[in-house]
Amino acid sequence: MSGSSTYIPKSGLARWFESRLPIIGLIHSSFIVFPTPRNLNYWWTFGGILTFMLVAQIATGVVLVMHYTPEVTLAFASVEHIMRNVNYGWLIRYAHANGASMFFIAVYIHMLRGLYYGSYKAPREVLWIIGVIIYLLMMATGFMGYVLPWGQMSFWGATVITSLFSAIPFVGDTITTWLWGGFAVDNPTLNRFFSLHYLLPFMIAGVVVLHIWALHVPGSNNPAGLDVKTPKDTLPFHPYFTIKDGFGLACFLIFFSWFVFYVPNYLGHADNYIEANPMQTPAHIVPEWYYLPFYAILRSIPSKLGGVIAMFGAILVFAFLPWLDTSRVRSAAYRPVYRFFFWVFVACVLLLGYIGSRPPEGGAVLAGRLLTAYYFIYFLVILPLIGLFETPRELPASIADAVLGKQGAVSTEAVTH
Amino acid sequence: MATATIDAPTRRDFLFIATGAMGVVAAGSILWPLIDQMNPDASTLAAASTEVDIGNIAEGQIVTVKWRGKPVFIRHRTKKEITDSEAVPLSELRDPQTDQSRVQKPEWLVVIGICTHLGCVPIGHEGQYDGWFCPCHGSVYDTSGRIRQGPAPLNLAIPPYKFVSDTKLSIG
Ligand code: HEM
Ligand code: FES
Repeated sequence: MSGSSTYIPKSGLARWFESRLPIIGLIHSSFIVFPTPRNLNYWWTFGGILTFMLVAQIATGVVLVMHYTPEVTLAFASVEHIMRNVNYGWLIRYAHANGASMFFIAVYIHMLRGLYYGSYKAPREVLWIIGVIIYLLMMATGFMGYVLPWGQMSFWGATVITSLFSAIPFVGDTITTWLWGGFAVDNPTLNRFFSLHYLLPFMIAGVVVLHIWALHVPGSNNPAGLDVKTPKDTLPFHPYFTIKDGFGLACFLIFFSWFVFYVPNYLGHADNYIEANPMQTPAHIVPEWYYLPFYAILRSIPSKLGGVIAMFGAILVFAFLPWLDTSRVRSAAYRPVYRFFFWVFVACVLLLGYIGSRPPEGGAVLAGRLLTAYYFIYFLVILPLIGLFETPRELPASIADAVLGKQGAVSTEAVTH
Repeated sequence: MATATIDAPTRRDFLFIATGAMGVVAAGSILWPLIDQMNPDASTLAAASTEVDIGNIAEGQIVTVKWRGKPVFIRHRTKKEITDSEAVPLSELRDPQTDQSRVQKPEWLVVIGICTHLGCVPIGHEGQYDGWFCPCHGSVYDTSGRIRQGPAPLNLAIPPYKFVSDTKLSIG
């Protein structure tokens, strides 16, 4: 999408087609010859992994719908039917359920990569915000998918999360009743969640196109955080990065397969194999692991509305990152103070996740409050201040220097550019 | 002369605004059915009232019945539970309500069994006040169903109900 296509159709038919719909040229310029920083490391393979996981979720999901019944008296049984009777049903369901977890592991790594290497900074702010929108859509999709098997966690997770909206002053109850289509989570709720769970992944696919479009305007950031200056800084996407992405994906698939074939229920919750019972809440309810840090923040604020605001705020603050980080240097490799606080932030989020999985008693409550406070202080105070006071390390002159410089001054490429 | 004709509202300006306004009305009238279809339908609204036989609920016992898809707790309170509830000063309550205003007959407490925090079903005879304890985020209710501790903002709600006879209760 950047620059004009160098694609030259070879056959007459290809020429005829290209002059009517220049799509092969578009693919050629975007994914074959696209100039890509030569120093990308394996953290850059997660974009491709995410694209693969989206396609995998859609493929397994469409197949599940061929056997699943979205009706409260039949839904739980239809999932058991998939597990026991449908040919390879167990495989398709385990791939879909664990696929959702893999999707979130990949997106978290992808986002932390962006945080570490400053990929959200100018000129990539819009690209970053589109990413935050994709993340929100993924959370909505995963939440509604988890309701479909209609187990105890499905039902009570749905109840707690939809009740978040009842915290809105004046119209809260009207909104929750509208979301439920009744006076509690029930059949109308299951039906609409099914409809939206089918729809949202295709909306994500649309937003992913915008994400890649916005990426291909400035091109990829890189571990040195430097702009591309000369053609020496780049390599064509194919074969260099198609191979690298492919290898990264293959390793990821081994990890994914280990879950699907050896511990398919490790990331799930045993209570979801009990059919939903609107009259009884399980003793300890927890959301899926990928929501735990935000769940901990929700519970840490001792006010209903305050908790809901803090939880949504914790996600939305990511969209303001380009303006909260005041440093012009992108990569943490050249920012010693930022690098330290980045890792403290990662530890804070992991601990919040752990707190979110514990019952809200004793020391867990206090720890949750302190971590929640740190989470917001990091974004709103520490990050803006570091940019003002930190002295960054000296940046290499170019990407080529950053990579080839390591091999010593003998490297002709580094000297002659 | 040219400026004068531009400033004065013309027939064209009027038609432009009138057409735009009609367009907004048309868009709204198409949007509303698409939004309102998600509200509770006629069959959900029709499932209105439930009759319960309370003759065999022993003193101290809590029975849960289903009304409009929600649990309703019917608690046959003991003498001690009643006096404890009535003795609480209003100044100690987050959502101040006297016990008398929450019951029709002191021995029968009827409340919607949904935690006013985020909708879980609290567990009876638990918590510091021996009323209810919510397992989700730790809200504690007393024997009048009033919120005493934890994140929930309000007391357990009271459904509309009436005693049809001494042993029959109609909810809804
Ligand atoms: C962004 C992509 C998607 C994500 C993150 C996702 C996530 C999930 C999750 C977490 C579950 C619960 C799994 C369980 O515990 O059993 C689920 C279930 C389900 N999903 Fe998806 N899904 C996605 C795409 C789709 C699509 C595109 C379809 C349909 C075309 C679909 C159809 C279903 C069905 C029928 C179920 C219920 C069966 C079951 O519980 O295994 N999903 N989904
Ligand atoms: S739902 Fe009862 S304490 Fe949160």
